[in-house]
Formats: sequence, C-alpha cells, structure tokens
Amino acid sequence: MTNLGNFTAVLRKELAVYFATPIFYVTGFCFLLLGGYFFYSNTLYYTLISFQAAQNPQLASYLNPLQMVFRPLFATLGVVLLLLVPLLTMRLLAEEKKAGTAELLFTYPLTDWAIILGKFLAALLVYAIFLAFTFVYPVAFGTLARLDWASLGACYLGMVLLGGACLALGLFTSSLTENQIIAAVTAFALLLLFWIIGWQQEIGAPGWKGVFAALSMMDHFDGFVRGVIDSRDLVYYLSFIFFFLFLTKRQLESRRWRA
Amino acid sequence: MRSNMDMMIEVQDLTKYYGPTLAISRLSFEVAQGEIVGFLGPNGAGKTTTLKILSGFLSPSGGTARINGRDCVTESLEVRHSLGYLPETVPLYTDLTVSQFLRFAAQAKGVEAQKGNGELSRVMDACGLGEVQHKLIASLSKGFRQRVGLAQALINNPPVLILDEPTIGLDPSQIVEIRQLIKELAGAHTVILSSHILPEVSQLCQRVIIINRGQIVASDTPENLSRQLGHGSRVRLTVCGPEGEVVEALQKIPQVREVAGEGENRYLVVAANDLDVRPQLARLVVERGWELLELKAQEFTLEEVFLDLVTEEEVTEEES
Repeated sequence: MTNLGNFTAVLRKELAVYFATPIFYVTGFCFLLLGGYFFYSNTLYYTLISFQAAQNPQLASYLNPLQMVFRPLFATLGVVLLLLVPLLTMRLLAEEKKAGTAELLFTYPLTDWAIILGKFLAALLVYAIFLAFTFVYPVAFGTLARLDWASLGACYLGMVLLGGACLALGLFTSSLTENQIIAAVTAFALLLLFWIIGWQQEIGAPGWKGVFAALSMMDHFDGFVRGVIDSRDLVYYLSFIFFFLFLTKRQLESRRWRA
Repeated sequence: MRSNMDMMIEVQDLTKYYGPTLAISRLSFEVAQGEIVGFLGPNGAGKTTTLKILSGFLSPSGGTARINGRDCVTESLEVRHSLGYLPETVPLYTDLTVSQFLRFAAQAKGVEAQKGNGELSRVMDACGLGEVQHKLIASLSKGFRQRVGLAQALINNPPVLILDEPTIGLDPSQIVEIRQLIKELAGAHTVILSSHILPEVSQLCQRVIIINRGQIVASDTPENLSRQLGHGSRVRLTVCGPEGEVVEALQKIPQVREVAGEGENRYLVVAANDLDVRPQLARLVVERGWELLELKAQEFTLEEVFLDLVTEEEVTEEES
C-alpha cells in the first residue's frame, strides 16, 4: 500500500514557498491580466452583435453568451496556461536538487508519493486560486444577462483538469533536471506538442488519425468549453495526470541509484 | 542475518562507486547505542558518501548498512523515522522563515500537531534560535544556518543522529556551544559525526574511525589510538646542565630510545612502548647534581596519529 502519510507537510511547505516568492504573484498577475483582456474584448464583441441583432432578428438565434464570450475566453486561457504552468512547476523539484535541499526532503520519513502529491496539490491549489479570480467575469456578466451556469461549471471543470494535466507534466520535467529553465522549456515544448498534435489528424497518415486525436489536449478540452462533460475527456485528463505523476515517481526512485 | 540489539548502526562491506570511481570500499563498522563516534579522514576519503548512504539519500553499490536493526535501503522509510541528519552543505529552504522551516521539518517527521509547538520551542532553545525564529533563512549568517540545520536534525528526538561536519563555519564560541550540545546528546542518542578538525573529534567522541581513500585505517578510542602509534611515550624535560653530558647521560638509561636536544636546556626523550621513564630521568638528573626545571610526559596528538596512518597508507600503496 502506498503510504501517503504526511503529504500535507509537503503541501503546506510548498504553499509557503509559493506565497513567499514573486513567481506566484507575477504569474497570477499575468494570467488575470490576459484573462481580463480577453473577457473585455469578447464582451465588447458580444455587445456589438447584440446591437446588430436588434436590426437583424436572424442574428438573435446566435446570441448565446456562453458560446460568444466564455467559450473563446476559456479556449484562449487554455493556451495561456501552456505558457504559465511551466513557470509554476519549474521550481518544484529542480530547485530542491540545485539547492541541495533534496538531501533533507528525501531523508525525512516521507514516501515518494507523499512528496509528489504534496507538490502537485500545492501547484494545483495555487492554480485554483488564479482560476477562482476569473469567476469575477461570469458573475459580472451574470448581473446583466442570463447565463447557463451548468455549462459554465463544465468550463471550469475543464479548466481544472487541463491545469492539472499541465501541472503534472511540468512537475515531471522539473524532476528531470536541476536547472529550472531547462525544466520550464521542456514542459512548454511538450505541452505545446500535446496541444497541437490534434492538427495532425487533418494531414497525417490515415491510420494515425485516431491516435493523434486521442492524444490531443485541445480536442479533449473542447468538449468542456462547449458545456459537455464526456467520460472520455475525463478519463483522458485523469490518466494524463496519473501518467506524469507516475513518471515523476519513477524518476525519483532512480535518483538513489545514480547519485 | 545477525541482529545485535545493542548495535544501533551496523555497516558491512559497504561499497559505493560513482560511475567508475570507487568512493568507499568494503567499509565495515558498528556503533553501539548511546555512543558518539567520530568519522575522520582527509577530504575525499569517503566520509560524506558513507553518511549519505546511512541517511538513506544514496544507495550503496554493495554491502549493507543497518540502523536500529533495519536496512537503510529496503526499509528506508523506517530507518528515516529514527534518524536526524545534518548534511555537509547544510541545505535549507532559504525562502522560508526559521520557524516555518522547522515546522515543516516537524510535520514531515510526523510530530503530532498538538506537540508541534512544544517540540519547536525545545529545539529552538537547544540551538539558540529564539531571536531569529521569524527571520528568513536567506538572511541568516553561516553560524545561524548551521544551527538551523542542527535544529531540524534534532526535531522529534531521533535515536540516531548523523552529523556531517557539524561545527564547520562557526565562530569559536559557537563551536564550544555546539560541541557542548552534542556532548549532552550522548547517551540518549547515538551520534555519528564527521570532521576533519582533530581536537574536536578527540574531545567529543568516545571512538574514532579514521578512513582514507574509502577504507578504514583505524578504529579505536582517541587515547588508544595515540598509544598504539608504536612510537612509545615521550617526555619533555628542561635541565640546567652541560648539554653534551646531559644527552649522553640520558641515552645511557636502558629504556630510552632517543634523545633530542632542542636548545635552551630542553630535551625530548623518547622511550620504548608504554614505559614511563620519568622516575629514572628525575633520579638521574638529581644524582648528577643538575637542576631539573621541568618534566612532562607528552602524549601523541590525534593529528600525529592521523597523519601517520594516512601517510603510512600512502607509502605502502606506492611500494606495492
């Protein structure tokens, strides 16, 4: 049995480090700045179309705030995540090795899973804080127009899962090196690859179409932002997260043997 | 597998390669419950490697290490529960404050939440960290960082302490304090510490293990090591008298192997093993009517033992 024991110790420590260092505030600021901008421009576009719809009743059927404001907003924020998540995760294990604190961490009675889970959940919590701030947008919007809150819930679930997947991959690349920049660049490259791999299905070899589509982060994210929770998408993100946490665990195990 | 309840640390044929480089080669030693053992050797001898293996941070290439009857590799988690470890470089989370960091260490070591505060103030008192507890570790001096490192090792009162160069970088008064602290830990704790400060080891440790080039060259109490050196005992004396005659007369005493004049009436007399020649020397000087100003047995210092063992080893290696 995997003993998770006191993973909360690691979780609390990681949170304390996040809140004590500028990277949390800078990434949070950038994430919300971009989110705010996209929300603003999408809403502006929506208002423009609504005015036109007053003259052209045919357009009115397209007027759906979820489709016109929030779906493009979260799709864009998904791309922003690819850029920002590596900055949140690069420090997690690389810094421990670089500063030598790995020697403390790995000689405390903590299992590898407790360390991985503590660090992963800390990053996820920090990301959830960013995401919670974006809730201001639908609330502000909701005061003026009617919103489908259930579909919006699906969007947020998609954002949490996408964020979790990106963070798990970032944690893994951080375990590979003691250089934070290498960890960040590798994470970004891999995330971008998983994001755009779906494009291959249009031009790729016929037999591989399905594989590329199945691997694509973007394709699986699309369902959520359309307000659909598909079990395939859920399974994709959960197994993605587990797979990269598992790779991180193997990487930590091999540390003792390679010195 | 032999299991000896009194032995807290049992190391057998421990070997570690870094790639093709042999760091330690078939080390075997034991440390009894409550003992303070000093690990002594020149830089690169394999002290830190051995301690890293004992702490569970590295895996050995061969051999076994057991702490409290449990294997450091296969039962690593249980071993780590009974361990306090101060790594050589004293790595610390510099973005945290002293109390934040120590609280993390306490939680990681499984100190119960309600005992946490008491345990924290206990180790902070013991290491003199009260005044800096709300400071960021990044802003602390080397001496305070060393104490924070020691404090995290002491948290949860582990039965075994592994301290890699615990007094390095401290100023003389801090060194005295930390040594006193380590001395107080003896008995209730089993301590293994490495050092290359020889007086420290001879003061602190009940037993010294000298290693060189990855192998144990000696293991005994500091006193025994000095005695075993095989060069006999030494006496320093100051005699007022004609120098030539004094040397000649001293050399006539049967047990005396060597007499060296050091000028200003001082002489160094080397006698055969374990013999105290002081009575004979005193009698002789008085019989000849000279004046005896000083007579003092001089022990071999650990420095001499150490250098002797380490260089001897190198000589035999070159010969073969």
